[in-house]
Amino acid sequence: MPTMNIIEAVRDALRMQMRADKRVVVLGEDVGKFGGVFRATSGLFDEFGGERVIDTPLAEAGIIGTAIGMALYGLRPVPEIQFGDFIFPAFDQIVNELAKFRYRSGGQYPCPVVIRTPVGGGIRGGHYHSQSPETLFIHTPGLKVVAPSNPYDAKGLLLACMRQNDPVLFMEPKRIYRASKGEVPEGDYVLEIGKASVTREGSQVTLLAWSGMVSIADETAKQAEAAGISVEVVDLRTLMPFDIDTILTSVKKTGRCVIVHEAPRTCGFGAELIASIQERAMEYLEAPIMRVTGFDTPFPYSLEHEYMPNPDRVLGAIRQTLEW
Amino acid sequence: MVAISQYGAPGEPDDLRRVLDDDGKPLPGVKVPSIPEATLTRIFEVMLLTRIMDDRMMRLQRQGRLGFYMKSIGEEASHFAVAPLRNGDWIFPSYREQGAWFWRGYTVQNFIDQLFGNEDDPIKGRQMPVHHSANWLNLVSISSPVGTQIPQAVGAAYAAKVMGKDDVSMVYFGEGTSSTGEFHVGMNFAGVWKAPCVFICRNNGWAISVPSTTQTAAKTFASKAVGYGMPGIRVDGNDLLAVWQVASEAIERARAGEGPTLIEALTYRVQGHSSSDDPSVYRDPKEPEIWEKKDPLNRLRGYLRHKGMWNEARETELSAQYNQEITDALAASDGKHAPPIESIFDDVYEELPWNLREQREYLMAQARSKNPHHHG
Repeated sequence: MPTMNIIEAVRDALRMQMRADKRVVVLGEDVGKFGGVFRATSGLFDEFGGERVIDTPLAEAGIIGTAIGMALYGLRPVPEIQFGDFIFPAFDQIVNELAKFRYRSGGQYPCPVVIRTPVGGGIRGGHYHSQSPETLFIHTPGLKVVAPSNPYDAKGLLLACMRQNDPVLFMEPKRIYRASKGEVPEGDYVLEIGKASVTREGSQVTLLAWSGMVSIADETAKQAEAAGISVEVVDLRTLMPFDIDTILTSVKKTGRCVIVHEAPRTCGFGAELIASIQERAMEYLEAPIMRVTGFDTPFPYSLEHEYMPNPDRVLGAIRQTLEW
Repeated sequence: MVAISQYGAPGEPDDLRRVLDDDGKPLPGVKVPSIPEATLTRIFEVMLLTRIMDDRMMRLQRQGRLGFYMKSIGEEASHFAVAPLRNGDWIFPSYREQGAWFWRGYTVQNFIDQLFGNEDDPIKGRQMPVHHSANWLNLVSISSPVGTQIPQAVGAAYAAKVMGKDDVSMVYFGEGTSSTGEFHVGMNFAGVWKAPCVFICRNNGWAISVPSTTQTAAKTFASKAVGYGMPGIRVDGNDLLAVWQVASEAIERARAGEGPTLIEALTYRVQGHSSSDDPSVYRDPKEPEIWEKKDPLNRLRGYLRHKGMWNEARETELSAQYNQEITDALAASDGKHAPPIESIFDDVYEELPWNLREQREYLMAQARSKNPHHHG
């Protein structure tokens, strides 16, 4: 089985689906000849041509607006928004149009568009190249939100997204685009959307994380183990619909839970997870559920590593729940 | 005044495409497009239906029987830029092109069921009145935020091209919408892609209370096309024959792979923006009077009579028939229920995820008395 990084896994999924389904087109800024600023679409232009690998004019509302029209007509567009931070000119098209087309037309017009976009900080990008905007989209009925943390999941989930009929925001963890490497099957496989993965089993505390924060959770779990604390790590993988069953099974087992996310704290997705868990598993909880998150500030440049959750901070939260 | 100056000051060269004068007689030296008689009379019939429907529905709204309505009186001819399209071509409407819907085959009953959001509403009661959708007619779901449909229409046009079909997509919007980013974005993408797309800017002079002169410093809306590398055509939007002519030319260009066209159809919003509007607050009540003399129905009727294709008896009979159809459809609608309660959760996604299943179970388990919002 070949080893790939996340970029290669994404590219592999795109290439595979474009070969299998002529309706799949890729569009965005610099995705054509250049292959994308992160090289995710590298080689696709040469193989599939400019009609299916489209360098668009520089306008996100146009990228998503036209992708919607393409999907209505019968294509399966996979637009790329160059950075998650640049998605907001397309916010109306995503939130009011893409997400609502099926519903507002009484089921007449499904809109299968998969939006790929890199998210997260730690790359010295400042607040316009580092944000984690998932909550805004999870809060939008009609959208699915998928956030893989490793190459194997990235390929299997992206293939699954391109083969179903709902609009998806597919968030890719740019800090570990290349650093995260793993074995990825050469052939075809899909992972079920809406299923979390227990990436590490443990008995005392459940860590919930997704996207770039799974690696922080894993690192923390290792440090905790060395300190004699058994930590279970759950990688959510899909944020909407999130896998409540896997989360509850783990939390009921451990009785303690810490949630790690990069996005700002207030109204972050962690808040929804806490509400959902306590509604269903209050009697199993030995301690309040803790959050380790970004702060309620714009994403800072020079001090980004102070902003981002790190293993020290996560371990601190774990100890707090154990000592509560 | 906006209304007069749009026709160009006296003595100035007028780039407005016209075929008929205000009485429906062909202007001297202008070529009259050849439209089959059956098509032309059918267009007039649908225009008549549109006007009767608008009048009946607004009265219903005033009686408190309908929550909201938007009339198109005085703008009907501009709806028929869709008439030269093929059925396979796609239409991305705004919210004031009733005639386009009836032209494609949307029925009086469809229309009324949508207004009431009942169990037979083609969109299952999901949107407020006048936000129709009919995928079986290639008429795309209407959205309230203006301009969003413009890049979408361009995307559909691009898709047709990539899929090797020669379908054209036509998109409607008002002159106020030309101020949105979406207008610029859509026009620009269409120009770059040479997309088979026809843009119809219904310039009716007013965006709710804001006159067209506040929307742009350009002399005309059609002139904006230059910046996107496509032709911009101004047409008398109350002159059905001229609308047909310029739309046909634009559709043929698009289908032949020659790219998009912007058409500014100059017309006038004779009444309020919607049932919630009161134009007396912001515009001279004499202004609509000028435009009533240019009424699109009168002009086409005049032409048809002049050609011996139409007479008063036929119109009287047809008006009575349409009125009866509307009365019957309203009666049928009266007996219809609201969509089933559990349908709130359908069509958010293709399949219900767990959270919606859970919320559906919760809602269905609630005790309820008779819901005052249910019909029948």
